[in-house]
Amino acid sequence: MYCLLIYQENLESAEFQTGFEGAVFMSENILERVLTRELARQIDGILSNYQYDASRLIGILLDIQQIIPKQYIPEEIAYYLAQKLNMKITNIYDCITFYGSIYSKARAEYPLQICNSIVCKVKKGERLAMDLKKILKVEINQATADGKFIIEMVPCFGACDVAPAVKVNGKVYGNLNNEEKIKAMLQELV
Amino acid sequence: MTMAVKFITKNFGRYDIRSLASYMKIGGLTALKKAIQMPGDDIAALLTAAGIKGRGGAAYPMGKKWLQARDIKAAEKVIICNADEGEPCTFKDRTLIQNDPFNLLEGMIIAGYVIEAQHGYIYLREEYSYLKSILLNAIEQLTEKNFLGKNILGKKGFDYELHLCSGAGAYVCGEGTALVESIEGKSGRPRMKPPYIKQCGLYNHPTCVQNVESLSLVAAIVNDENNIYQKYGTKGEKNSIGTKLISVAGNVKQPGVFEIPFGITIRDIIYGLAGGVEGQPIRLIQFGGASGKVASKDILDTPYSYEHLAMAGVGVGSGAILVVDESTSVIDFLITTQAFFSHESCGQCAPCREGNRHIRLLLQKIKDGVHTQADIEKLNSIADIMTVSSLCGLGQAAQNALKTAMKVFPDEFKIMEEGVKIG
Repeated sequence: MYCLLIYQENLESAEFQTGFEGAVFMSENILERVLTRELARQIDGILSNYQYDASRLIGILLDIQQIIPKQYIPEEIAYYLAQKLNMKITNIYDCITFYGSIYSKARAEYPLQICNSIVCKVKKGERLAMDLKKILKVEINQATADGKFIIEMVPCFGACDVAPAVKVNGKVYGNLNNEEKIKAMLQELV
Repeated sequence: MTMAVKFITKNFGRYDIRSLASYMKIGGLTALKKAIQMPGDDIAALLTAAGIKGRGGAAYPMGKKWLQARDIKAAEKVIICNADEGEPCTFKDRTLIQNDPFNLLEGMIIAGYVIEAQHGYIYLREEYSYLKSILLNAIEQLTEKNFLGKNILGKKGFDYELHLCSGAGAYVCGEGTALVESIEGKSGRPRMKPPYIKQCGLYNHPTCVQNVESLSLVAAIVNDENNIYQKYGTKGEKNSIGTKLISVAGNVKQPGVFEIPFGITIRDIIYGLAGGVEGQPIRLIQFGGASGKVASKDILDTPYSYEHLAMAGVGVGSGAILVVDESTSVIDFLITTQAFFSHESCGQCAPCREGNRHIRLLLQKIKDGVHTQADIEKLNSIADIMTVSSLCGLGQAAQNALKTAMKVFPDEFKIMEEGVKIG
């Protein structure tokens, strides 16, 4: 019931009353509305960088994910892409669910990705995860209340020479083998 | 014995990686200029003479691969640079792109000339997204100066373009057919073979896939008039010519990427180049990434070469050397490795999807000390079934570490008395 109310509220909001192109075709079951006119304009920009070429879907999804707050592909955007690229929604979701670096659920402004592969493990990467959980007071895959951080465990990202390491928005922070270094990283981010 | 050498790494730190002019000042693109005056067959012959085997892990002779690709007649052909370096403990390709991007692209252009391809794609793993701008900038500058595009260097009909594509966090996309699926905008599930991608690959064009390190060797080999490269390496009936980039990590004091001549010992690598082990004695060493085989410290005095490692029951693979000390148990090591493969299996074929999962469950039983002889037999049988019946290399190689560990460390798999735990 609560969700339905949000949905109706969104439908009545100024953005959706304008009835711009993206809004009409989508499944009526989508509850989370994120597609503003400005966001649609930005997505169209990305699509034209890729010449609306459906075979370049992976790059398109990665680029769009970067401009969405909390870095994921909301369902509404997936449907928007299906229409714009003239693709089946199942093909879009085949990629979203297959690839580890494309996310279908909201994350955070700074996803802290900890390597859980063997090199970071022998370099005591598990302690790094424990320290981060303690400092941020969250569990793995749980965002902080302010939406700034989320801790994610990911496979090796090739920073084994500086293990244990964390990757945040494309930047690697290495040798995080004590709490001071971890705190310094968090400080640098915010 | 010489330890680290500089052949493929000779340009590291010598030019501004953002500037084509700077690359040309240190002799960049002279190999390309020389190459386009030569018949393509002769260039492939140079690679064969230098004995270069594909550096991605499969070790297929590179000159032979180029000749086969060249001989295929098609209106359009494609070259792919596989920069989807996903094997844990492998970071040599990252180092090559970070330090010498123009050399890699020069190798790709020469490959385009020899194979008579019109398009080259670099498939860069998403985890290395910070390298994207380096490559895009290099492609742009090369295109501006007509080292890419139409009639390259005035050579009529030599038309060749380079494209950069991003992976999205899937280890399986290092496999050729999965990689091709991914560039085409689909999920990266490996295709059935045949047809092989050399006949029918990206967008159904004949496709030649090469590793970053293999392509980075090309320009230096073309310019190597005095055959300096061939002076490095091991001699004998079976030999390994030249040098190899290795990435050493784990419980060593100075992890990193090193260029070594084939033939120096594992001890030279670990105790010389990587500064020795951290505090505790070595428990095991894994060669070639997570899909690689393991050995005990008895392997330390073995020379690092294709033939010596094969005799010692391991392999070069991706060039990774992971040193694990006694603070990690063999079973914990295997559980982490198998968890990696469970996560990365694309799920398309049952042996790999189910096999990895069940191996992991059985390993947990061993860790808890509650396994039986039947469990050990089951482990062996699942591993064998995966090797022979998985669709692609992932499922065929995922249990390499397990199978070798069972041979090298049989005590770790012993049936325990009731209530005793190990690991």
